[in-house]
Amino acid sequence: MSKVLKFVLNGMPVKVVAEPQETLLQVLREKLSLTSPKCGCNHGDCGSCTVILNGKAVKSCMIIALTVEGKSVVTVDGLGTDGKLHPVQQAFHEYGAPQCGYCTPGMVMAATAFLNENPNPSYDEVKDALAGNLCRCGGYQKYVDAVMAVAKGEFGPIPKGSDVDV
Amino acid sequence: MFKSVGKRVPRFDGIGHVTGKTVYPSDLSMPGMLVCKTLRSPYHCTRIHFIDTTEAEKVPGVYSVITHKDVPHNLFSMVPDHHVLAEDIARYKGQNIVAVAAVDKSTALKALSKVKIEMEELPYVIDPVEAMKEDAPKVRPEGNLRVFDDVDTVRRIRRGDVEKGFAEADYIVEGEYWTPNQEHAPIETTASLAYLDGNGKLVIHSKTQGLYFTLGDLSNVFQLPLNKLKMVGATIGGAFGGQNSIHTDHIAGVLALKTGKPVKFHLTREEEMMYTTIRSAWRFKIKDGIKKDGKITARYVDVLEDCGAYTELGLYALEKNVNYIGGANKIENLAIDGRLVYTNKMPSGSMRGFGVNIGQYAEQVQTDKLARKIGISPFEIRLNNAFKEGDENHVGNPLVAVSGIETLQKVAKMAGVELPKEYQEMSSK
Ligand code: FES
Ligand code: FES
Repeated sequence: MSKVLKFVLNGMPVKVVAEPQETLLQVLREKLSLTSPKCGCNHGDCGSCTVILNGKAVKSCMIIALTVEGKSVVTVDGLGTDGKLHPVQQAFHEYGAPQCGYCTPGMVMAATAFLNENPNPSYDEVKDALAGNLCRCGGYQKYVDAVMAVAKGEFGPIPKGSDVDV
Repeated sequence: MFKSVGKRVPRFDGIGHVTGKTVYPSDLSMPGMLVCKTLRSPYHCTRIHFIDTTEAEKVPGVYSVITHKDVPHNLFSMVPDHHVLAEDIARYKGQNIVAVAAVDKSTALKALSKVKIEMEELPYVIDPVEAMKEDAPKVRPEGNLRVFDDVDTVRRIRRGDVEKGFAEADYIVEGEYWTPNQEHAPIETTASLAYLDGNGKLVIHSKTQGLYFTLGDLSNVFQLPLNKLKMVGATIGGAFGGQNSIHTDHIAGVLALKTGKPVKFHLTREEEMMYTTIRSAWRFKIKDGIKKDGKITARYVDVLEDCGAYTELGLYALEKNVNYIGGANKIENLAIDGRLVYTNKMPSGSMRGFGVNIGQYAEQVQTDKLARKIGISPFEIRLNNAFKEGDENHVGNPLVAVSGIETLQKVAKMAGVELPKEYQEMSSK
């Protein structure tokens, strides 16, 4: 039985009809036409669909849409303020981490949620945090280096508040 | 002196990537768009006796169910021996047989479950060496070995006299090297969106790497003049050679022509991994003659490429392979025999180097073996045999701007290896 689902998407309340078997990824991509979360596998293996759900990075292909009722979902579209990139986005760009870029939105979300929880990580902790995100172009090291640079403050302070941890 | 070398230069399209605004073919959709799903061969080799799509067509929400009979010209790819939809025999597991366009995925899958199809599993062969045997199951009606230029099953390169070279050698060193199949595994799975524009032109948004290859190939499949077909390329989520072959554009296009509606065909991860083209598997047998002073006097290479069930880009890969497998070595006596064998596997596509660097894996390991045999370093064996400016390569082309020796000297330096004086003084000039 389809149901009306209400949740907060990138700070804005949304209302959408969802089927019980539909995933959050399907609802975002197919019903809300938000294609920044990618569908690399639909099996929880690649991380390209990563979004932030109530402050935690999750694989949206593994989340039944109806379970996000009343919760906050942030995609890469919700990052950055006043036309300025979020430090993680800026760092990925300047470090040249994305090649084809298909894994990038998921990487940004995984890294952002991680830095909110652990602002002063070790190199190995960053590697561990991104271990669920596959990059076939092979830009892993640049992604990890960029996250370390953000943690060291090279790209300015990480904005707190409405963006991510609703 | 350099503006960019050694500096961090952000990508021109990087902002789109980090903001999630880059649009990939798999992100596209259109109002009224239909979804395509296909019925695939369940066996490595399948005889198809008959197909009845009547019940499938009756499923509400189904717009079209097609078989090979609906494809204007059913052959495609660089060597056009691959079927858009299988005819009487499907030659590899996962080959497309029937395609459906329906309002959504579940309707398309339901329609496929209603297709009546009578099939029979035929004997098959997977191992390339087995496939060369006389009594092996026939992968292709014309035989399991490709016939080059209509005369010969061996692609030969000949230079000097290898027997004479082996006789002059102090040692004979042999090696056998195998490489497995490999899937490109892009993070974005293949997707196409096909539709007819207001003037009846077929437009296909494609994940192809070779827009104009695909354009020519598909105008033939659809039997459309080039001004009635428009291919639209895009930023794509990885290809690695895999998108030089067509996986979805052809079927999406036929369905768009049939239905007059936009049709999207987007592969699942399983389809991408299991049923698209792959890097072919290879076997190399190398026999070298070498002098005590480290000079290669003769080299013979027996190359075997496992091409899968259709030629696709396998022929191109073999042609390039036999041209380069001798390595960057000046060898006066050289013989290369290349064979391309068909097996009941996914067809061979291109992947990172078109058969060249896969051969270099074997050639480089063999060259190290030569160095060990006569007790010199891996640098010395390569420097001893390196091409110089003006030499001819193995197929007779003059070499210009040769810098193999200088490159090796630099590598040695970077690796902290002190080369003997005479090697430091060598030059490609
Ligand atoms: S699409 Fe969700 S993990 Fe791959
Ligand atoms: S940049 Fe291509 S998959 Fe990561």
